[in-house]
Amino acid sequence: MFATLAPILLQATLETFSMVISALVLGTTFGLPIGVILATSGRGELFEAPLFQKIIGPIVNATRSVPFIILAVAIIPFTRLVAGTSIGTAAAIVPLTVAAIPFIARIIEGAIREVDGGLVEAAQAMGARPFQVVTKVLLPEALPGIIHGLTLTAVTLIGYSAMVGAVGAGGLGDLGIRYGYQRFRPDVMAAVVITLIVVVQMVQSLGDWLARKADKRNI
Amino acid sequence: MIRLSNVQKTYPARRGSPAHTALHGINLDIAAGEIVGVIGRSGAGKSTLIRCINLLEVPTAGSVIVDGTDVTQLAKRDLPLFRRQLGMVFQHFNLLSSRTVYDNIALPLELAGASKAEIAAAVDPLLPLVGLEDKRDRYPAELSGGQKQRVGIARALSSNPKVVLCDEVTSALDPETTRQILSLLRDINKRLGLTMVVITHEMAVVKQLCDRVAVMDGGVIVEEGKVDAIFANPTHATTQSLLADEFLDYPTRPNAAANANTGQEA
Repeated sequence: MFATLAPILLQATLETFSMVISALVLGTTFGLPIGVILATSGRGELFEAPLFQKIIGPIVNATRSVPFIILAVAIIPFTRLVAGTSIGTAAAIVPLTVAAIPFIARIIEGAIREVDGGLVEAAQAMGARPFQVVTKVLLPEALPGIIHGLTLTAVTLIGYSAMVGAVGAGGLGDLGIRYGYQRFRPDVMAAVVITLIVVVQMVQSLGDWLARKADKRNI
Repeated sequence: MIRLSNVQKTYPARRGSPAHTALHGINLDIAAGEIVGVIGRSGAGKSTLIRCINLLEVPTAGSVIVDGTDVTQLAKRDLPLFRRQLGMVFQHFNLLSSRTVYDNIALPLELAGASKAEIAAAVDPLLPLVGLEDKRDRYPAELSGGQKQRVGIARALSSNPKVVLCDEVTSALDPETTRQILSLLRDINKRLGLTMVVITHEMAVVKQLCDRVAVMDGGVIVEEGKVDAIFANPTHATTQSLLADEFLDYPTRPNAAANANTGQEA
């Protein structure tokens, strides 16, 4: 039994990984600049643009307030436009990324806001240009918080990736629903649940380790 | 070196708080190589004053002339270049926790686009100057308050500035460490011929470090002169009360306090 289950389980785990990692990388690519802008565009801040902040803030909130399963279904036309299809693992990366962007943006914003304002002042006094304040001060100092936040995002995305099984993607969630639930295979369900627990545990440990390595505040 | 003429700073009214004028027309001349103290109580406007020199605060009116240039007229994009000629040391050190001692000191040079070799040439001699040769690769979290401030001072010096602004640099330190940091600053001033502006609320700092002092109260300079003269003959009530904080026998024996002071300095 295990011999037949193992390859399917491995296949599903790899699909989950590819979806989560792709969405995390793409989500950070777009979410990072948005987060930086959210954290630095307020009145009296580095890139003062209160109007811009007033527009982008609600958009980020709106995206975050839609339950993921609704979002995944609602943006199917967009998914089809980007991925050429709305079915399969590659297509699932689209809604996962769309959900990850505002999540990551808020995490980056929060981590940057934790950085002591005195450091920004010191950098400006040294003659740092605003962009240098971001790259040389804000992001390096916020790095431990950002790593913690991205770990949280990865764990959330593993959960979301199980839901995209419902719109035709692969992965562990799909395996659990189709084999475990619909075909009455409690052994498959158990294997899926245990795999998910192990994967999440590993991701969390890796994230904690990286954040500890980056954090020089308590040595 | 620095000339402030009728510098005013008014913070506009915000929700819940009316407009606030922090500086009412400040005039102050600082010669090259001089250490000038600006002393006052909290809220006297001294922090705003020092930030008007490197334009961290933009004066509402008046002119700030540094090394012959009216810096209030500089375009925003030219400010970073101007600020690289000034070093600043802070009360709470403001070191980057993610960088080692060496990399913190190197930061101003990195921002100016210096090469690795140029950075090493500037930073390596600074480490022994501030007594941190053995802490080169340590992180700020591993240092004591006094050591952190030494890093802050070395960082302010690394871009080879003409002027160093000191904002309450010893207020977070104990008395013994304060003495060490002040004598380090004095030594650096002598060796490098730097101009220094020192903000403080402690007369002891003025006494140990400064050539001249300006006393601030309510956004104006109420008294200004040579440190010895001000200590010997303070005329304004604010100066007298600041002196009384420092020397408990003042004002009953003001000359005794002043003499003790000059005796120590000799």
